[in-house]
Amino acid sequence: MQQLRNYIKTFAMWELWQGLAVTFRNFFRPAVTILYPEEKTPQSVRFRGLHALRRYPNGEERCIACKLCEAVCPALAITIESDVSDDGTRRTTRYDIDLFKCIYCGFCEEACPVDAIVETRLHEYHMEAAGENIMTKDKLLSIGDKFDAMISADKAADAEYR
Amino acid sequence: MSSLIPQFVVDLWDAIPMLFQHLIIITAQILGVTIVVILTVAFTTYFERKVIGYMQGRLGPNRVGPLGLGQPFADVIKLVIKEVVIPQRSNRFLFLIAPMLSLIPALAAWAVIPLSGSFVIADINAGLLYVLALTSVGVYGVILGGWATNSKYAFLGAMRSGAQIVAYEIAMGFALVGVLMAGGSLNLGVIMQAQAGGFSSWFIIPLLPLFFVYFISGVAETNRAPFDVTEGESEIVAGFHVEYSGVAFALFFLAEYANMILVSALTAIFFLGGVASPMEGWTFLGDGSFLREPNFFWLAAKISFFLFVFFWLRATFPRFRYDQIMRLGWKIFIPVTIVWIAVEAVMAWMKVGPWSV
Repeated sequence: MQQLRNYIKTFAMWELWQGLAVTFRNFFRPAVTILYPEEKTPQSVRFRGLHALRRYPNGEERCIACKLCEAVCPALAITIESDVSDDGTRRTTRYDIDLFKCIYCGFCEEACPVDAIVETRLHEYHMEAAGENIMTKDKLLSIGDKFDAMISADKAADAEYR
Repeated sequence: MSSLIPQFVVDLWDAIPMLFQHLIIITAQILGVTIVVILTVAFTTYFERKVIGYMQGRLGPNRVGPLGLGQPFADVIKLVIKEVVIPQRSNRFLFLIAPMLSLIPALAAWAVIPLSGSFVIADINAGLLYVLALTSVGVYGVILGGWATNSKYAFLGAMRSGAQIVAYEIAMGFALVGVLMAGGSLNLGVIMQAQAGGFSSWFIIPLLPLFFVYFISGVAETNRAPFDVTEGESEIVAGFHVEYSGVAFALFFLAEYANMILVSALTAIFFLGGVASPMEGWTFLGDGSFLREPNFFWLAAKISFFLFVFFWLRATFPRFRYDQIMRLGWKIFIPVTIVWIAVEAVMAWMKVGPWSV
């Protein structure tokens, strides 16, 4: 009896109809697509994107060239050279991050004792020529200056969990 | 009408010998149908991507033009400006002739398709045989293309396609024998007229098993999913057209879609009455309603429906294994059609059912 039922089911294409019903139901379901440049998914304040070097409110660079970030960097993407500055403090003369080596792990940010190096939420950037992948100190500082409000707000929002 | 045309045009037309007048009219008809078919192919690709996209929870093409309607043209421009790469050790002549060999039969078969109650380019009595012959010739393009490429993948794809088309051609032919017995003619127009008179007189009702056999064989004949072992990208890259690029590939693509539309049109004509309206007896629609008349609109609607089914199948089913394809073709479809032809013959002989043959 069971065999006969299976036989009839095969000829009636029962399971094929079931499969077709599934796709037909999904045909009327709204698409889950996000139209990227116009619509964006929500982003965490902890998002680890492009790097930036920050300043104190009085304009003084935060970075004290302790080289902890250079030491902790697992991809060896950070290169730092330091010297004594005009006012007698210890400052970096060179602070390069190679974005091709960087794995965006965020260890540099965690290692930094003065919150100088941070990773911002920016992730829509590109390079057009060889060498642009090296983020020099000037570039990092200018990003920090430009997006200071966003960086400060993100750090403040996340401060109580650190 | 005649007052709209300037007098000198009419004079010029009358000055042309009768023979050339016919030639011009027929050429114009052929050009018109071909252009319409090719444009339909273009938008069929768009339709396919939209349907499959929606079934998978995506949106499908939506960047080029409003609603992405410019997508087919963008694709065409891309394919046309690409280089046609010819593999060094291929057979150059056959390599280039193969795409045309697959496209030309797909377009030529449209000559006998009645597109409205009266319009058909070539009203020949052996129309059904002509269609069968031309759809079989189409496989030469695939086999020659696969062979001329001189690549193992292409050759495997071509061989699979050849065996598959031979297997399903038989089931398809037997299914058409049923249609022929019911319609009483090989002329597609006469078969269509035999189904006039509302939904109840369409052949899909008495010939339901043959309808399924014919349509599924049609899917297999056009090498569409789930019967697309010919292309089988997970095993043999792209099958017979691995090495084709640019316009040569575009021709294969065009042929595949033209064949799909052709199979949809034939299924509509053989089993759903072609241009016949399903609302024929619905008097409440009013007397002059075009919905009640047999016209091109209904044929287009049926073709669109079958194309939708093509995409629906593609979105639903995984690819058949090769031996399963052969089993379905030889061991299921052919016996089913033979049994149904016998049933039909007995019923026609006993004067039971819808046949008055």
